[in-house]
Amino acid sequence: MEGVFSWFDYMSSRTDLIVGGLSQTLVYVVLVTVAATVTAIVLAIVTLHQAFAKELVLAISSVFLTIPSLALFTIFIPIVGLGFTPSFIALYLYAIMPILRNTSTGLDSVDPSVLESAKGMGLNRFQVLTKVQLPLAWPVMLAGIRVSALLTVGISAIATLVAGGGLGDFIKSGLARLPLPNSLEAIWTGVILSLVLALFIDSLLRGVGRFTTPRTKKA
Amino acid sequence: MSVEPLIKLENVTKSYPGVDQPAVKNLNLAVTPGEILVLVGPSGCGKSTTLRLINRMIEPTSGRIIYEGEDVTEGDPNELRRRIGYVIQQIGLFPHRTIAENIATVPKLLKWPKDKVRARVDELLEVVSMDPSIYRDRYPSELSGGQAQRVGVARALGADPDVLLMDEPFGAIDPITRDRLQNEFLRLQGELKKTIVFVTHDIDEAVKMGDRIAILRDQSEIAQLDTPEHILTDPADEFVENFLGSGAILKTLTLRRVKDIELSPLVTLKEPFQRDQALRQMSDANTSVAVLLDRNDHPTRWIDEKALNRSSALDRAGRPISVQLQPEDTLQDALAAMLTTAAGMAVVVDGRGHYLGGCTVESLAQLLIQTGAESSSS
Repeated sequence: MEGVFSWFDYMSSRTDLIVGGLSQTLVYVVLVTVAATVTAIVLAIVTLHQAFAKELVLAISSVFLTIPSLALFTIFIPIVGLGFTPSFIALYLYAIMPILRNTSTGLDSVDPSVLESAKGMGLNRFQVLTKVQLPLAWPVMLAGIRVSALLTVGISAIATLVAGGGLGDFIKSGLARLPLPNSLEAIWTGVILSLVLALFIDSLLRGVGRFTTPRTKKA
Repeated sequence: MSVEPLIKLENVTKSYPGVDQPAVKNLNLAVTPGEILVLVGPSGCGKSTTLRLINRMIEPTSGRIIYEGEDVTEGDPNELRRRIGYVIQQIGLFPHRTIAENIATVPKLLKWPKDKVRARVDELLEVVSMDPSIYRDRYPSELSGGQAQRVGVARALGADPDVLLMDEPFGAIDPITRDRLQNEFLRLQGELKKTIVFVTHDIDEAVKMGDRIAILRDQSEIAQLDTPEHILTDPADEFVENFLGSGAILKTLTLRRVKDIELSPLVTLKEPFQRDQALRQMSDANTSVAVLLDRNDHPTRWIDEKALNRSSALDRAGRPISVQLQPEDTLQDALAAMLTTAAGMAVVVDGRGHYLGGCTVESLAQLLIQTGAESSSS
């Protein structure tokens, strides 16, 4: 019980730091998710009819996910310096794969007879894509976007190690000062706020899904 | 035929890279306006490929495609496809669009004004016997197979094309519904008078649907192109004969209707009648079965001697007449109806259910023997 009280004390005396960390993480999540979504959808569409290119792009994006986060965050420092940019690049590279894979899968899983009839009625390729394939693939694509957004919340805690800010700051400073006073409270702050942010973003995207998924049944 | 063909394939060949034999080789085909031309043949003969060459879903390797007197081999294939209805076996309705939106696909592509599209959708739903107020706002997942197929046809008719291409449209539907849809489609075609190219692997369907049938063998080579009657009674060669199967003469039954044969009078009984007199009538006519008519001349039951000799009430004697024929039914229906009654005969009624006469196995057999003799002598 005492721990919880001291954690509240810790938080309430540092609201500006908390708001700062939280909003920095949120900025990462929003920017990274948007950038990765655009990239992944463009890549999936461009490689739609080229099996080899599709596999290649997927393989490359998967390779990024296997690189340890610490390495990926630091690898760009010589080129772009410390702070926001190397963190953004690393998170962006991580976030592409789930969206790309789901977009490809979603586009591929559209019933071939639906595509055949669309083409047979004289829809051109662009119309088939925008009126048939993308709407039908959207629920699967959105599932990928959700995974990437959550991934970004979690991994963005590493950004603190390259001076990228965010909720990771609390965890890092807590770990560095352990077992001094307030060190544990700092770690808890970082962890729990990340968790809350993740839950919030997930339910937000679920709501987006409910509103944007095309209906296939009369209400 | 003096009529200018609506669709013409001229020396069309389709070969695929890496395959020695072309899928379609040097094909010439002319489709007359207003006819149902059925392409039928064993699987792999290239009949679907041929159909898909017409709306350039498959681009020909060489040759020309003429549509409404215009060479459409080059030019925008999408423009061409919007002028040709296309129905496939799996239908391919858009699952995320309502029935109305599905049907409106081509009119919207052609940028028809909104209220014209709306009116057209309702009209088409009526045409395929679906109540617009019920089905307009439903989604394809809420339809049965037969309903989905109807919507598929309505969608193909969207912008009122002159031509419909149908690739085994009833292939994935249960036999009973298929039969109903075929009949409905023939009735519809009687009103619409579209030009239809219809692909099937089922010779019975071909005989039923086709004004003319093209029997294709490998590489879409035309083995015989003629009316169903001529093909059935006078197959061009052994391939056609084998493809028709042994029942070719039986299949001519689907081409003739009950009204084409002379009805045989059956012994009819109408209350009140005398038992002895009835028995005498039956023995005079040399038959063991009579038809019981009700007050309005509707046939109700088969009555045999045994039933007459029993003392039970007549409205429960004998067996009920479960199948009645109408003059528009095919002789194949008639044969089926006769086989369900042990008597080897069936009752023919008019549209209001009044007794017209009977149809017997003997009269059918006579007709078949005649047809067989004609075809072997020709």
